Amino acid sequence: MAKTIEILAEGKGELIGWHDPDDNRAWVREHKSRGLIDKRMSVQQAVKRFVRDGDYMAIGGFGHVRVPMSIVYEIIRQQRRDLVMAGKTAVHDIDLLIGAGCVSKVECAYSFGHELRGLSPAGRRAVESGQVKVAAEISNGGYQWRFLAGMMGIPFIPTRNLAGTDTFEKSSAKQIRDPWSGKPVTLVPAAYPDVALFHVPRCDQYGNAQIDGILVEDFELARAARRVIITTEEIVDNDEIRREPDRTAIPFYVVDAVCEVPYGAHPSLMPYQYYFDEKHIREWLTLAKTVEGAQQYFEKYVFGVADFEEYLEKVGGLRTMSQLKQVENLRAPLPDSES
Amino acid sequence: MSQSLSSNYSLSELLACVASRLLEDNKAVFVGTGLPMISTMLAQRTHAPNILIIFEAGGIGPQVPVLPISVGDSRTFYRAMAASSMHDVMSAAQAGFVDYAFLGAAAMDTYGNLNTTVIGDWEQPKVRLPGSGGANDLGSLCWRTLYIMRNQSQRTFMKKLEFLTTPGWLTGNGAREAAGLPAGCGPYRVITQLGVYGFDEQTKRLTLLSLHPGVTVDEVQANSDFEILIPDEIPVTEPPSITEQRILREIDPTGLVLGK
Repeated sequence: MAKTIEILAEGKGELIGWHDPDDNRAWVREHKSRGLIDKRMSVQQAVKRFVRDGDYMAIGGFGHVRVPMSIVYEIIRQQRRDLVMAGKTAVHDIDLLIGAGCVSKVECAYSFGHELRGLSPAGRRAVESGQVKVAAEISNGGYQWRFLAGMMGIPFIPTRNLAGTDTFEKSSAKQIRDPWSGKPVTLVPAAYPDVALFHVPRCDQYGNAQIDGILVEDFELARAARRVIITTEEIVDNDEIRREPDRTAIPFYVVDAVCEVPYGAHPSLMPYQYYFDEKHIREWLTLAKTVEGAQQYFEKYVFGVADFEEYLEKVGGLRTMSQLKQVENLRAPLPDSES
Repeated sequence: MSQSLSSNYSLSELLACVASRLLEDNKAVFVGTGLPMISTMLAQRTHAPNILIIFEAGGIGPQVPVLPISVGDSRTFYRAMAASSMHDVMSAAQAGFVDYAFLGAAAMDTYGNLNTTVIGDWEQPKVRLPGSGGANDLGSLCWRTLYIMRNQSQRTFMKKLEFLTTPGWLTGNGAREAAGLPAGCGPYRVITQLGVYGFDEQTKRLTLLSLHPGVTVDEVQANSDFEILIPDEIPVTEPPSITEQRILREIDPTGLVLGK
């Protein structure tokens, strides 16, 4: 007689980004090259080739830390629509994308807020008006374990969070009785984003990327995503990667595009290089209070400039960047963002 | 800390000091932004120099130089033991290494359950809040959870939450284990502008432990939608010392959290 596993509870949130592990294996076999290919291209080309309308998208870094902003701006410039966003500590990136009308759905661990800086007017407005739908809830830990399961090529992973809450009720997780301990255990489903974006300090032409400081969940997310775009402060020679192979956080065979974008995380923080640009973040949060204000921001910083280099000039160029570098390296205090 | 008490302190300073004193040296604490961060930094610079501070984005054991704005800020791994990953630190909590979780809270019920997801209906919210973030993980997986709330009122101490984001004691004694959460952990202390609370051992309902200077039991009760358990004897919270106050100003010189 077949034994069955007892399902104790099932979240009613929408299951986003899951594939049968065999289907995903087959997809990887066909679409991901294990060959050494020069993947350097412009941000414009990378978005054109690898970000599609309706994609389930996840963005690396954490909150306002090491966020690939040049790609975010380019997605807005190319007017992608109906993106389904992984709200994994998604802060400035998702807020801009929502404000620009690129997003229709969010799976939310942390979105619509800016940590200490307060709630996000654009994100809130979109959800409260129904323009953007929250399809499921989860926690930060739960979300990164979805990517861990994806990276491992397994259908789900057991965890001990979420149980007993409405966060579970609105998630895509299930709960079963653990066949070993006999206790209830949560299962979070694997997640395979259609595309994931990262900003790193160094990467070679093939996509071998190093990360300084905390990895957050980039290690797992990059390996789980079907398409990976990397922007890097600088492209380094493959010899540099091979000299210290223990530093490779993301290996070339999961990467599809490599774009060299100095200061490519601005206004977010790049560890050891530049701090948050609080003045710029404040400008967005102030303008985003109205639809017209948000539009004004995009006209000025996205549609009104040809590319990220022109944007950098607009936010103060080298003067701003060297000041943010001073703050990051504790050689200057945090300037008062109100002034 | 009993000598040289301050007679002129702000509410934020009081909350930070009270919270800081709850933390023990040589224990691990998982910290969120804002007051929890300031309180932990104060503990590190006073009675708990070897407190192990952990941030959800992967910072482990830093000597935090100035107040981080984000839990992923590079200040969260400044002179740290490790700059790691979310998988690593969440797993450490799940495996039992983390003694305290330290969270800010917006709305709570008598069992210490939290809502940070939505006000109104989930499908068509009146106010959409950020969601769990790491709070559900921390409240599920760390041994003891501490909350700081600046604004205890009938609207934040609620009889029934509109959404249960993060587990407290759920519906009472034994409910966490029955739901499948790790055994033997849960909310420990709640610090508000009025007093410090714990949870009754039998019922797991909110119980008053101390009143801040000048606050009455009536005020505590009037600022709650549910009945708070009141013991016979209630001590008065010790105010900040001059030293604590000075260190707090060093930690947050621009008044980002403490106010100008």
